Amino acid sequence: MIAIVDYGVGNLFSLKSSLGALGMEAVVTADGAVIRRADKVILPGVGAFGDAAQRLERAGLGRIVKEQAGAGKPLLGICLGMQLLFEQSEEYGCHRGLGLIPGRVVSMQPVVPEGYKVPHIGWNALHFPQNRPADPLFRYIKEGECVYFVHSYYATDCQEYVIATAEYGPELTAAVRRGNVMGTQFHPEKSGAVGLKILQAFCEREVEA
Amino acid sequence: MITKRIIPCLDVKDGRVVKGVNFAGLSDVSDPVELGRFYSDCGADELVFYDITASAEGRALFTDILTRVASTIFIPLTVGGGIYTVDDFDRVLKCGADKVSVNSGAIRDPALISAAAKRYGDQCVVLSVDAKRVDGQFRVFAKGGREDTGLDAIEWIRRGVQNGAGEIVLNSIDTDGVKKGFDLEMLKAVCDVVDVPVIASGGAGCIEDFVTLFQTLPKVDAGLAASIFHFGQVKIPQLKRELARQGITMRR
Repeated sequence: MIAIVDYGVGNLFSLKSSLGALGMEAVVTADGAVIRRADKVILPGVGAFGDAAQRLERAGLGRIVKEQAGAGKPLLGICLGMQLLFEQSEEYGCHRGLGLIPGRVVSMQPVVPEGYKVPHIGWNALHFPQNRPADPLFRYIKEGECVYFVHSYYATDCQEYVIATAEYGPELTAAVRRGNVMGTQFHPEKSGAVGLKILQAFCEREVEA
Repeated sequence: MITKRIIPCLDVKDGRVVKGVNFAGLSDVSDPVELGRFYSDCGADELVFYDITASAEGRALFTDILTRVASTIFIPLTVGGGIYTVDDFDRVLKCGADKVSVNSGAIRDPALISAAAKRYGDQCVVLSVDAKRVDGQFRVFAKGGREDTGLDAIEWIRRGVQNGAGEIVLNSIDTDGVKKGFDLEMLKAVCDVVDVPVIASGGAGCIEDFVTLFQTLPKVDAGLAASIFHFGQVKIPQLKRELARQGITMRR
């Protein structure tokens, strides 16, 4: 069973449906006991970092997600959920994240060229780092396939954990992994067949001892 | 590099997809779920799902249809028709919509745009505008294109974006259903005043019309059409291949 962590932000309907389409049992839950029982955990999220981090903390779920990640359980953060995996974000002030992956989340406004719209919304191609093999999360897809993004902030100072980027002027962090903790800036549940293949790869990942 | 988007529009009445010429003479085309899946499979980048009778008759969207569409199709879904309050946003977002399009609802209450943007983010709020030339001006029409509001379309759109609309769908009533190409003049006037994505709607009749659109107006992000896709006059895989061949960035 896959636990989709529900802390009151974002639309979880498509995520749950897409996992259902893959034949996976997914439960949208705010219950720590259910999250502990799950084989895998997905941390979704849209909206502002500060508000989301606070909600996660207030619901007591931040601690549980960290504890489960620490126990080796596969964890996937999606969009804002990926950003929450980092140490801090500079979105409207400075906010602390879960600190599961070293790095910080900053505005893309200063780095994207003139004429590029912020937020970065739409389909963009994934690029894999040249210096290492493609991550298992992408084992069913090919370099250059497109996924769907909606974001204004991006993760930086996390180079060694970057497993995919997307070009929007500079190459922006599109996905990260540190052991059993993974994150996608894009929405696999909105990325058509390519997105489903990424979710499939995550679902097949075993708990690390 | 972000891709240009090809968006089929599913106008829905009584649970069926319909498309009128110049908004009159509706004809039943297909089942929204089947058609949605078909488009998703053949490479549509997004779907727009309008309850076209909602604004005229005050009818709420058929949320069960929407739920069925959203649980079978995993590409971005925009929903419009009958959106008058933030609660209407909530209702369709819970059924799996990613973006909500407002048209008559924003005309009736312009504060709806900012209220919704504040709650769900700019990226969620699409301002859809039906516009037509009247006395040398682009004029906003309401009630599915039947009522002249007297509003200047360019000014209305500029203000909408200021208030938090994250995307504009511009439907030219002058070219809608005519199939002689998009309304490039009207689209350019809009692109010149906003920096959010602009989706062109109304007038596409063939593949060449999309090529002309993206080549003439590089600031336009997407092309939207209905009947030419529904009746197979333009096939999406072929359209996207041709656009890519002409150097326009497309999702493969």
